[in-house]
Amino acid sequence: MTAASDSAKLASSAQEAHIEVRDLTMAYGARVIQRELNFKVNRGDIFVIMGGSGCGKSTLLKHMLGLISPAQGDILYAGRSFTQADAATRDAMRQSWGVTYQSGALISSMSLGENVSLPLQLYTNYSRAEIADVVSYKLSLVGLGGYESYYPSEVSGGMLKRAALSRAIALDPEVLFFDEPSAGLDPISSRMLDELIVELKESIGSTVVMVTHELASIFDIATNSVYLDANSKTMIGYGDPKYLRDHSEQAIVRQFLTRGINATKGDSVP
Amino acid sequence: MSQQAPEFQLDEDSPQAIVLQLRGNWVQGQQMADFEALRAELVAAAPLKLIVDGSELGRWDSLLVAFLLKCFNHCRAEGIAFEQRKLPDSANSLLQLATAVPAHERHNESRQALLTRLNPLRMLRNLGHELAGSMAFIGDLVIALLRLIMGKSNTRLSDFRDFCFQTGPDALAIISLTSVLVGMILAYLGAVQLKMFGAEIYVADLVLIGMLREMGVLMTAVVMAGRTGAAYAAQLGTMQTNEEIDAITTMGVSPMEFLVVPRVLALLVMLPLLTIYADLLGVIGGTIVAGGMGIGWLQYFSQIEQAFSSTHFLVGLSKSFVFAVLIAVAGCRSGIQSGRGSAAVGNAATEAVVTALVYLIVADAAINIIFQQLEI
Repeated sequence: MTAASDSAKLASSAQEAHIEVRDLTMAYGARVIQRELNFKVNRGDIFVIMGGSGCGKSTLLKHMLGLISPAQGDILYAGRSFTQADAATRDAMRQSWGVTYQSGALISSMSLGENVSLPLQLYTNYSRAEIADVVSYKLSLVGLGGYESYYPSEVSGGMLKRAALSRAIALDPEVLFFDEPSAGLDPISSRMLDELIVELKESIGSTVVMVTHELASIFDIATNSVYLDANSKTMIGYGDPKYLRDHSEQAIVRQFLTRGINATKGDSVP
Repeated sequence: MSQQAPEFQLDEDSPQAIVLQLRGNWVQGQQMADFEALRAELVAAAPLKLIVDGSELGRWDSLLVAFLLKCFNHCRAEGIAFEQRKLPDSANSLLQLATAVPAHERHNESRQALLTRLNPLRMLRNLGHELAGSMAFIGDLVIALLRLIMGKSNTRLSDFRDFCFQTGPDALAIISLTSVLVGMILAYLGAVQLKMFGAEIYVADLVLIGMLREMGVLMTAVVMAGRTGAAYAAQLGTMQTNEEIDAITTMGVSPMEFLVVPRVLALLVMLPLLTIYADLLGVIGGTIVAGGMGIGWLQYFSQIEQAFSSTHFLVGLSKSFVFAVLIAVAGCRSGIQSGRGSAAVGNAATEAVVTALVYLIVADAAINIIFQQLEI
């Protein structure tokens, strides 16, 4: 098994597992999306979830975020089970996460400033003036200083994603999740966003989990990855993407990572 | 040649192999070749191999490739080897593209036959699920309200204030129009009957009691179900589509506290106030009709004063609290549970209004029966 041999290579670097996915099976009713997923995300990793369209990448992210309950298996954060935790513990665990959704998912009835201030209002004891200062600082970090009063409908797609990133880092989270951060962005904005993610991760010290199929992003910033396959409905690659590109035993993983023209053939779209 | 209709012919090539010779122009506007006829011939011949020969083919478009795809799928299903000979290169590569990924096997669960869907037992069970879902939603709502009272909630006061404005003052114009007209309708209805007994003056009683106990609150609730209930469903459905509800959940905030509670509270405060306003305007509407019938406004209002009883007023008011919860719950539940996409948001808004109207009528009837039994 590729996944097993690749993970053997990874296990040699004995780092602390920040997130652990154990024997996870995801299903919508009777329809199984992926089964028997087992992997660890080490603290400080930029971990990429990759795979062809419709293989269940975003569904896996939603499971990790606790938005969908697993059909089987468990997800652990710093050794604590998220799946079996009660609602209050889950909410407490979630407060150490920052999430950037594919569409940005900023609350449309609130300005960019209000969106970024929301987690600060909810979970800090900052005064109103302090919150305003922090909001303006967090927006400046993503190059949106001065845009506090703009509404999500008034800014471009790239700005929206950066504003969403700014909201995600408002509380200096331990884990940052991204769902296709560069989807719909031009190559330059996409590259800038990648650099921003790395810089922010370095300065905040977060672990990053990212769903993407942008090869440029994967090779530039990812330190570890998992490849989900739609046909066999399980993971068929696990490790450093550069290593997988050159040494994976699965042809489809190598094709995916080298943009092989037959990479998507035989990959059924559910 | 240019007018030649598409046709095919099966020839035996070697034992157990058959050649499908294609001729004519396989383009739109022509009488298409019948695939069912070919299928029947193939089933009868039962070859091991089918060779498609395109050497005599004229012009062609998507119809040819669609036909070949059907042939290919039939061969794959029956275990017949499929081979092409002298097909135009582009047609061949299109066919290869189309057959590269096996067709997805449809899950039949969502496509139930009409008869199955109309099955009364099934409909009853769906109704049961719907009611159970609403009860669970109300249960979650009560917990969220208790947390608000205990000061542990993430509900924002500013949201509540905004929704109060949207729900109350913004609806005054439409409530004014409907309640004046409903008052007039009640007065006309009563006047015609009461005139036969020479008791026109009791139009005032009819309008007052009718508005206070029943029509004021019911009409306001119906308007609010269409206006506010649908708006709540559309707002929350759009938030679901834009992943905003996911974002709120992963911030560790309960959507129930953050999104539903301020909306429910706003309606709970505003619907009773709008009901009082509607009662007042309904009585004024009745005055207009009474004036037209020769009853002086002084006489009308002195009759109103005699007929007024705080019981009638409180009956209507108590209904308004129940209706407010029902409308808000129907709207918010449809929105929160909406699917993703613009069609789903539309469905959520429709469902919110229909559910709210059904709830209103059923609740109104139930409350009336209870009050009747209690002799209130």
